[in-house]
Amino acid sequence: MFISPWMIGFLVFAAGPVLASLALSFCKWDILTPVQFVGAKNYAKMINDPLVRKSLTNTLYYAAFAIPLGMIGALSTALLLNQKLRAMRLFRTLFYVPSVTAGVATFLLWSWIFNPEIGLLNRALRHEVPWMEFAHGFALKHIPFIAHPPGWLADPAWAMPALIIMSLWGVGGGMLIYLAGLQGIPEELYEAALLDGAGATQKFRFVTIPMLSPTIFFNLIMSIIGSFQVFGAAFVMTGGGPANSTLFYVLYLFQNAMMYFRFGYASAMAWLLFIIILALTLIQFKLAPKWVHYQ
Amino acid sequence: MSMTATYRKTRDPKIRLWRNTKTALVYAVLIGLSCVFLIPFFWMLSTSLTEAGKVIMRNKPWIPNPMVWANYKQALTVLPFHLFLKNTLTITLSCIVGQTLSASLVAFGFSRMRFPGRDVLFIMVLSTMMLPAQVTMIPTFILFTKLRWIDTLKPLIVPAFFGGGAFFIFLLRQFFMTIPSELEDAAKIDGCSPLGIYRNVALPLSKPALATVAIFSFMAHWNDFMGPLIYTQSMEKKTLALGLYSFKGLHGTEYHLMMAAAIAVLIPVLIIFFSAQKYFVQGIVLSGLKG
Repeated sequence: MFISPWMIGFLVFAAGPVLASLALSFCKWDILTPVQFVGAKNYAKMINDPLVRKSLTNTLYYAAFAIPLGMIGALSTALLLNQKLRAMRLFRTLFYVPSVTAGVATFLLWSWIFNPEIGLLNRALRHEVPWMEFAHGFALKHIPFIAHPPGWLADPAWAMPALIIMSLWGVGGGMLIYLAGLQGIPEELYEAALLDGAGATQKFRFVTIPMLSPTIFFNLIMSIIGSFQVFGAAFVMTGGGPANSTLFYVLYLFQNAMMYFRFGYASAMAWLLFIIILALTLIQFKLAPKWVHYQ
Repeated sequence: MSMTATYRKTRDPKIRLWRNTKTALVYAVLIGLSCVFLIPFFWMLSTSLTEAGKVIMRNKPWIPNPMVWANYKQALTVLPFHLFLKNTLTITLSCIVGQTLSASLVAFGFSRMRFPGRDVLFIMVLSTMMLPAQVTMIPTFILFTKLRWIDTLKPLIVPAFFGGGAFFIFLLRQFFMTIPSELEDAAKIDGCSPLGIYRNVALPLSKPALATVAIFSFMAHWNDFMGPLIYTQSMEKKTLALGLYSFKGLHGTEYHLMMAAAIAVLIPVLIIFFSAQKYFVQGIVLSGLKG
């Protein structure tokens, strides 16, 4: 009785569409002409579609850099903030704010920052930002001066690195989860390690990392799933360009479905995505016992 | 590393010097990092108050002179942002109500009632979390097209009332499980129906968890982009996120206006975040550790 809203919802918005989508992936349909059963043709077509290959490579490229960099960034900031010093809550809030604001507004902000001529990043690389002389004289004597900085989102070679840089701005979410994990490590373990004569690096290697491994594992799975579903940033900032260099898999799927109305083909793409994510997650779960320690 | 915790008071000046240097170093790194994290926001704010002609200036000052507040008025009137706001509020508020209500009902059922097939059903619910939204996107789109709901707000609101999403159900179920069953028994003896227990015992005791769900729901729908992109077409039906996107298409080079509009959209998010930070952290921690 209590479950009834979910049952209806589950049938209408989840189970039904899942089955329908599976059925559609074996059909050809563009709304205008009648549905036509084509067997595994959509799947065969995907293998030979250069844009499917391109978009998969792009997505893997993004994942290969954004996941490790993001995880290291999130863990290092969490370690910095886990010290018993003053104002740590303030810093935690500051680092977390960008993950809260993530959305079209910040995508617009970053397309402005990456503007090749007058964006903040290239102004900084060309030393055209006011107060830079101050920073220059003060501590950062060697801020690299680059007369011809990259065109970022306008340059096929640099558009993806730009999106990876932007993704690092959002490490706050992962950081918060690591912080929770770090605070769950019992103090006694560090004291025991100290008695055994462990130095700082050894304590990190033999206490922090093993104790934190379930949290690292959780973050890893979430990052994999997240980076395979990048859509908004590419759609808003580059539209997949230049020269398809930021055509993410989900973006290409969306284009097929909502712009070209290739419903069958797009459904097949969605199932391939599901299979890839499922396979990667299962591999991680298989590898997990080797390095993840549960208490 | 939480090394400081294991330190004990010492008189050795060398160790104290080392500790102070370390603390200073940590603060230096943290302040440096905060600057890197906050500079984009300053740049956004600074641009939004700059005169139109001065945006492209070399060495554009950080603090614009004069500050052009009229940019905001102009940015929010070139497109009907008041309509976008109305639509976004309609969707967001309905979804918060819908999701908290239906997710808590279902979660209550899963945690407090016994019925055949409960655990199988719960696993099915959890498995929908694994499924990428793209799998169900196309049939759902076709369904709403058949219902003639395209270019209305219904596709964005109605699903929230059915189930409220696997993640929220999971989160609330975990919370309901912690309610001692003695309370439930006492209520039963007092003649409470299951619905009465839900309303008079479960809900009042789980206010923090419900607040977490409400806030997550707010964030998800305020920032949602793909949903409105698929289901709305005319200008009057657009949401703030979609409105900003159209803004880029129409006035993509007028950065001062674009930043003003973007800031206006961000402000409610920031207000909610700063006034309900506790629940954010709690929700992240709950989902992170038990997810």
